[in-house]
Amino acid sequence: MDIHEHQAKELLGRIGMPVPQGGIAFAPEQAMHEARKLGFPVIVKAQVHAGGRGAAGGVKLCRNEAEVSAFALSLLGRNLVTKQTDANGKPVHRLLVEEATDIAKEIYLGLVLDRKSERIMIVASREGGMEIEDLAEEQPDALIRMVIDPAMGLLPFQSRELAFKLGFTGKQVGQFATVLRACYRAFRDLDATMVEINPLVIKRDGDLIALDAKMSFDTNALFRRPEVAALRDPGQEDPREDAAAEHGLSYVGLEGDIGCIINGAGLAMATMDMITLAGGEPANFLDIGGGASPERVVAAFRTVLSDPNVSVILVNIFAGINRCDWVASGVVQAYRELKLTLPVVVRLAGTNVEEGRRIINDSGLPLISADTLAEAAATAVKSRPSLAA
Amino acid sequence: MSILIQEDTRIIVQGMSGRIGQFHAEDMIRNGTNVVGGVTPGRGGETVLGRPIFNTVAEAVEAVGAQASLVFVPPPGAADAIMEAAEAGLEFAVCVTDGIPSQDMMKVKRFLRRFPAARKMRFIGPNCAGVISPGKGFMGIMPPAIYLPGRVGIVGRSGTLGYEAASQMKSLGIGVSTSVGIGGDPINGSSFRDILELFENDPDTDAVMMIGEIGGPQEAEAAAYARDHMTKPVVAYIAGLSAPKGRKMGHAGAIISAFGESAQEKVEILSAAGITVAPTPSAMGETIARVLGVRQAA
Repeated sequence: MDIHEHQAKELLGRIGMPVPQGGIAFAPEQAMHEARKLGFPVIVKAQVHAGGRGAAGGVKLCRNEAEVSAFALSLLGRNLVTKQTDANGKPVHRLLVEEATDIAKEIYLGLVLDRKSERIMIVASREGGMEIEDLAEEQPDALIRMVIDPAMGLLPFQSRELAFKLGFTGKQVGQFATVLRACYRAFRDLDATMVEINPLVIKRDGDLIALDAKMSFDTNALFRRPEVAALRDPGQEDPREDAAAEHGLSYVGLEGDIGCIINGAGLAMATMDMITLAGGEPANFLDIGGGASPERVVAAFRTVLSDPNVSVILVNIFAGINRCDWVASGVVQAYRELKLTLPVVVRLAGTNVEEGRRIINDSGLPLISADTLAEAAATAVKSRPSLAA
Repeated sequence: MSILIQEDTRIIVQGMSGRIGQFHAEDMIRNGTNVVGGVTPGRGGETVLGRPIFNTVAEAVEAVGAQASLVFVPPPGAADAIMEAAEAGLEFAVCVTDGIPSQDMMKVKRFLRRFPAARKMRFIGPNCAGVISPGKGFMGIMPPAIYLPGRVGIVGRSGTLGYEAASQMKSLGIGVSTSVGIGGDPINGSSFRDILELFENDPDTDAVMMIGEIGGPQEAEAAAYARDHMTKPVVAYIAGLSAPKGRKMGHAGAIISAFGESAQEKVEILSAAGITVAPTPSAMGETIARVLGVRQAA
């Protein structure tokens, strides 16, 4: 789960991270009010869950109230398309208005959950301001990596070592220790999966300040982090994914036209691969999870059909803790309730498969049965109305 | 032989009094698994499915000589239950639970490192279907009927894709020595490499089917291990060729976030290490058959 920049700065600022003075605004008048409080010039930043805002026109240095007002009016209520969003972009409903900072140098600092060492890893570079992906590609040697032992935590010598490697001198070494400690504590105590300060800036007066902050959190840990869960902004997420999650479904919308209803993440990915290899394009990833009731299967159909591009549906179930008869009942129920006319291909295997197939065959509905994964994918690709015509 | 589970392995179920724990324990017993008891704190002294329930894992070790545990504890307490099993001296544990926080798993892995190799518990999962040695027993949630006993090992992240592989193999008359689900989480107990090593050393396994997916470094580590240390053939399939970068595909760990983590890159790494990669997920069975056939002919 991602949060906004201003939320990350608030969380980190509370535990010692130096951040610019600023305030949040949901309307142009509020943005002007915040700017007046700070004094001009100010930086106005669109708050969306995506990087690349500056290049996309979502960040502006404003010298007076008129500029703040005009910029706020041009952004609020619109979608901002950056290179990290899809073509629709993300809606801008809030702006962060901040004091302008005199930048002498930019540093990159990130903490991630490293899957190789199975620990929290610090990634840093003297070259800040760039996206970490570009940095890793263009200057892999410029990245400094350091792993934190969960039993010991971040040790002071690690902060010093990193500070000197990054070229900090004098009082900056101590300031950097404070910055790093705040990142680590926030990561550990709030179950983050990523904390990124990019850039961490050395101001003209030599002090450090976090000019931008990004945090992501472990959704599996939200049950014990209500303060983090409260920061969620559903407006930044795909509403279909939310609706699906409420029914215990895991859904990711994609570009194609073959709707997928599958059990298990691996089988779902494999079925999508099979569709692609057969010359089709999947419209979505969808895992109905274990022990799916007929009602959950109907909810899966509704979710998949909320995408207007879907022209055929492929149901592929290999039942372990699921039951083919329940899934089949759900398919039949969905077909009738939703008055479907598009082709539906159903492949069932595993627990209670005979019963499930009987329900499909006896339904009298034009459901297309398939015995194997390959047959199911090929049939779905062939059944697209655009091709059948 | 086979790996991890034999006919006589003394198995307990942590969380056996719960609805889900009991349901699966019953299925395990019905299929001949040697379940000797269960652990549910506060329910010690009761009996479930004719087996004694203990308050702690240590008591189960003391009273019925428990060697292995299947953990069906909900996410908030799962990591603690796994560490309790390790401390009590179990040789092996499997955790099926989906939704354990990553930092809890970091802690579990750190805890397991405290033990010397001889006393270190092998841990599989979480967020997995479990482990089955067909005809001998299973610890998990898989449908045992789809596996034919035999001499090919299966290791994979996904449960249902592992079922798909086993049933393709069964339809070709190819049986399984042991099938291991290592789970879909970013931090897990045993890696592909760990399980490949067990299969390499198992006299009753002739070849291994490895089913990976996008995200994480484990397939690449396994490829290097297979190239440098394995005499048995490995066939692989990597799911997620059509998965977009940066999107989580169901499994918490199935996300392309670094170089070498896409399915295409993993296929290249595996092929370069001499591993035969099945071109499609429906060709897992026939690819294993081809590799076994070539081997018998040689």
